[in-house]
Amino acid sequence: MELFTNQVLAGISTGAIYACMALAVVMIYQAIDHLNFAQGEMAMFSTFISWQLMQWGVPYWGAFVLTLVLSFIGGIAIERLLFKPLAKAPILTNVAGFIALYSIVNSVAGLIWDFTIKQYPTPFGSYPFLGSQLISTHQAGMIGVTILLLIGLFFFFRFTRMGLAMRAAASLPESARLVGINTSWMIALGWGMAAAIGSIAGMMIAPVVFLEPNMMLGVLIYGFAAAVLGGLTSPLGAVIGGFLVGIMENLAGTYIPGAGNELKLPIALALIIVVLVVKPAGLLGRPIVKRV
Amino acid sequence: MTAMLNVRDLRAYYGQVQALHGMAFDLSEGSMTTLLGANGAGKTTTLRAICNMVRSTGTIEFEGAPLIGRPTESIVRLGIAHVPQGRGTFTTMTVEENLQLGAITRTDRAGVVSDIERMYDHFPVLKDRYTQQAGTLSGGEQQMLAVARALMLRPRLMLLDEPSFGLAPLIVRDLFKILGKINREDKVTILVVEQNAQLALELADKAYVIETGRIVMSGSASEIANNEDVRKSYLGY
Ligand SMILES: Nc1ncnc2c1ncn2[C@@H]1O[C@H](COP(=O)(O)OP(=O)(O)OP(=O)(O)O)[C@@H](O)[C@H]1O
Ligand SMILES: [Mg+2]
Repeated sequence: MELFTNQVLAGISTGAIYACMALAVVMIYQAIDHLNFAQGEMAMFSTFISWQLMQWGVPYWGAFVLTLVLSFIGGIAIERLLFKPLAKAPILTNVAGFIALYSIVNSVAGLIWDFTIKQYPTPFGSYPFLGSQLISTHQAGMIGVTILLLIGLFFFFRFTRMGLAMRAAASLPESARLVGINTSWMIALGWGMAAAIGSIAGMMIAPVVFLEPNMMLGVLIYGFAAAVLGGLTSPLGAVIGGFLVGIMENLAGTYIPGAGNELKLPIALALIIVVLVVKPAGLLGRPIVKRV
Repeated sequence: MTAMLNVRDLRAYYGQVQALHGMAFDLSEGSMTTLLGANGAGKTTTLRAICNMVRSTGTIEFEGAPLIGRPTESIVRLGIAHVPQGRGTFTTMTVEENLQLGAITRTDRAGVVSDIERMYDHFPVLKDRYTQQAGTLSGGEQQMLAVARALMLRPRLMLLDEPSFGLAPLIVRDLFKILGKINREDKVTILVVEQNAQLALELADKAYVIETGRIVMSGSASEIANNEDVRKSYLGY
């Protein structure tokens, strides 16, 4: 029983990171109908920036906030320079854009900071949380930060004018323009927020997976899985999907004989495919109806 | 009266297909004007061209400001509200959020709050449903919501594309009464496309008749209503 609780809690803490990545992916998908394959690399790059800031002597939380701001600006810049010009281009052109972004960010990070693995600090320490062996303080911290982020986003989208405008632009761009919303800037803002959310995921997971240019590859696959599982059209679904994927991954690794660390990813993904066969739009997603 | 909107030599294109062939008309400030025409004549296209939602050439001036080439959202910010054909309701949002979106460009919070109350007075069904998802409203209720949302902008000019579509005859009368009131009391200039030509001609000051992207007749609403051809084609007697 203790093993079970332990695995579920560990699943929730990595699930929190998948939830953040899924949320970032959904945010951009809502805005431009494309999956951002480079979301993980953007998060990795942000994490390196925070690391560099700390190397220069900036304290942890100062570096954290500064990285959030820089990532937000960087996300907007990427949209303005690369994806705004591609807005009317065919799907494959956009896919090529994402792949280009992926490899550019990855190589530039390698060029600046090289490919050796680096230690990354945690502000929460790694002690037993509240004296319990079930979960560490860093894991508890990851869950806490994610929950704060989700509450903040909820209030932003529910109760602010900007949040309302962003939702309107994502759901019906033409109607949004007809009430005076600059939908093009809402898309850029979505990119900025997605980049900032991704940077939180990167900074939180870095102490666990260590810092290196390929650190987010696995995390992003789980994040995609979470987004698809929850429904690409539903931010809440993406978050729930993130936690579910985290839990499934850990339970599969522990309880399915012979699965171990190697097979837990395919098993978790197989479970998700089963869900999608039954419910193609994901757990909370709307069926996707394309306008013509 | 001075013209608020001047349209000259307006041509509009869907890809290679030309839908408007050199339209010219004026809307004078404070007037209510109706556009009549058969299905496919180009009424919707005309309204879309004013808001730059279809590729067009020619000149459109709103109080001296050229509209062609200006982004839709910035045209709206000049005070032009458009109730599109098919309503454009934000179906996944609540009724109240739809009304707030109508006023999203405004900064006078108190004014917005009191205008929402005003809309609930005009359209009491909306008040009963204000926390409901707009997509769950009936077609007629959504039509009222679309008009209310446009009014939340406090527009100077309002473009309405078949506002009576799907409404019961009694409700249509009510809706037009409200539009008349808004036109007279709030001094909102109105351009309305309407299948119910009789009702539109009763309320409007001026009318234009369109055929295949050209204006073929224009005059005061009563002149047009008494025209033999118009009566045969659009009024059915
Ligand atoms: N998206 C489009 N693509 C191509 N052609 C279009 C498009 N929309 C309209 N048209 C064409 O432009 C012409 C004018 O259409 P428009 O929608 O303006 O007519 P309408 O007068 O509003 O008709 P209705 O009374 O049926 O609403 C029609 O011939 C129509 O086929
Ligand atoms: Mg039409």
